[in-house]
Amino acid sequence: MRRWWIPAAGALALVSVLLGAMVGPAGPTWWRVPLALLDHLPLISIDSGVTSREWTIIWDIRMPRVVLASLVGSMLSLSGASYQGVFRNPLVDPYLLGVAAGAGLGATLVFTLNRSGSSTWIIDPLPLSAFAGGLLAVLVTYVVGTAFGGQKSASTLVLAGVAVTALATAVQTFVLQRHTDVVRQVYSWILGRLSSATWGDVRLVLPYVVVSSAVLFMHRRLLDIMRVGDDEATALGASVNRVRIVVVIAATLGTSAVVAVSGLIGFVGIIVPHAVRLLAGASYRVIVPLSLLMGASFLIIADIPGRVLQNPSETPIGVVTAFLGAPFFLLLLRTKQGTR
Amino acid sequence: MTSLQFSGVGVRYGQHDALNNFTDTVKPGEWLCLIGPNGAGKSSLLRSVAGLAKHSGEIRVDGSPLRMRSAKRRAQLVAYVPQSPVLPDDMTAREYVVLGRNPFISHFGTETKHDWAIVADVLKRLDLVELAHRAVGTLSGGEKQRVVIARAIAQEAPILLLDEPTSALDIGHQQQALELVDQLRKEHGLTVVSAMHDLTLAGLYSDRLCLLHQGYRVVSGTAAEVLRQETLAEFYGVSARVHHAEDGTVVVIPYRQGSLGN
Repeated sequence: MRRWWIPAAGALALVSVLLGAMVGPAGPTWWRVPLALLDHLPLISIDSGVTSREWTIIWDIRMPRVVLASLVGSMLSLSGASYQGVFRNPLVDPYLLGVAAGAGLGATLVFTLNRSGSSTWIIDPLPLSAFAGGLLAVLVTYVVGTAFGGQKSASTLVLAGVAVTALATAVQTFVLQRHTDVVRQVYSWILGRLSSATWGDVRLVLPYVVVSSAVLFMHRRLLDIMRVGDDEATALGASVNRVRIVVVIAATLGTSAVVAVSGLIGFVGIIVPHAVRLLAGASYRVIVPLSLLMGASFLIIADIPGRVLQNPSETPIGVVTAFLGAPFFLLLLRTKQGTR
Repeated sequence: MTSLQFSGVGVRYGQHDALNNFTDTVKPGEWLCLIGPNGAGKSSLLRSVAGLAKHSGEIRVDGSPLRMRSAKRRAQLVAYVPQSPVLPDDMTAREYVVLGRNPFISHFGTETKHDWAIVADVLKRLDLVELAHRAVGTLSGGEKQRVVIARAIAQEAPILLLDEPTSALDIGHQQQALELVDQLRKEHGLTVVSAMHDLTLAGLYSDRLCLLHQGYRVVSGTAAEVLRQETLAEFYGVSARVHHAEDGTVVVIPYRQGSLGN
């Protein structure tokens, strides 16, 4: 039965992409959208009845948003699953570990150090600086959390994450108060620009997401081995510290990059991997690919209500993920416990 | 079959010497059982072989030093079952047993058909086929112990280290687990080093006992040679009768201190 989950999740992701392309306040009738997309595939020609202006809405407004949402959702879910694996702690996600706050601080510093000069850079410094901030935050969280609680304590790591988040946020506020000129830029960055996504944003995060996902994907078997604890994993011949460091760096790189375009979107990194575990089992061979696919679907779908609920203004996607995610998670938890 | 030699092995945790200058040779196919009171250094010795404790001196497998080996190569030679293994509750028995194949899989590789065939074979041999797709959290204590031994056997290492393999089991499952180890040892020609608290069982299943006390090797020999009333009184501080049964079994029976000794 397990092997059906991946094709099923793939189909769900495809349906989500179509839904994401079909719904919006302006544009063509919904059923014409799939036809128009098919029409633009090579070697296929269908009369979809979509005008070129409507096609622009589909291709330049809705599709970048759908693709970006899928990248962000995949990355947050996969990072959450990976952090939970290497820290052997079901409670951690990119937000609880302080990664997002650290990345936010890193990005703020770039803005205050005169962003305008950065156009001459070959690589945009914003994701890199966000990455450095996120990595520093997760390392501090890990060192502090394990120094006082030992590796067995799940709560100490989370508490350390909360402390690091508070500290990074405080420093960020302090820096912003001294540079009031960039407050607008920073806050629009924190809130994210999923709703105004362009293909440029997709191009900005795509390399990070691809590299990070590829590294995490290659570690899926080792994540299973990490579950038996450092001692036994070492006795089985695994290089425990190397695996932990590589996975944390990869997950942090990916998270920081997507946070740089999506802003702070909570719940995804904890809900999707846990839902996957409850549905399809606890092996990372299944969790890793399914988190990628389900994370993409989850965020594309979560992004849809925001477009139409308060038209013409937008409901922030973080509100939608919490609103959809929390009851969904409780429901899963309940049904699964009932069957045990 | 593979031999295991210790020459002057010591393990130190901070300022505390857990094991001093341990020298011994475990012959190919031998079952050596380490006995001794808590804190004698039994676990430290096993952990040093498994690569989990830094040690001084030299440990050799078939004459070549173990410290020169990579972690993977070491795991191909030595399988280690800790005293309280970590069993991820929601992992299936089959997923758990296949972890034992890690030493044969490259860092980013995945299991081959050969690996899964070995796992299937081990599950069959240890009578675990029906439990293969059960979550290990739902298994009983005896079943869990079988699954842990199955993982060690899937490792196909010629040396098997068992730290208190029966401490969590009732008397029936203790016997089952030790019988299983003994049978596997004979089938695969394994060299076994175990640490055990139950002296009667230790004498019954192993070829040789080695008594440790406060990090030092005290005496080694057959059960009849090591399990002597005076020795046990001196090193365990226990008042016990040692009964030699007709079939050669040595039985250690503690008696109440208020009652008559012999």
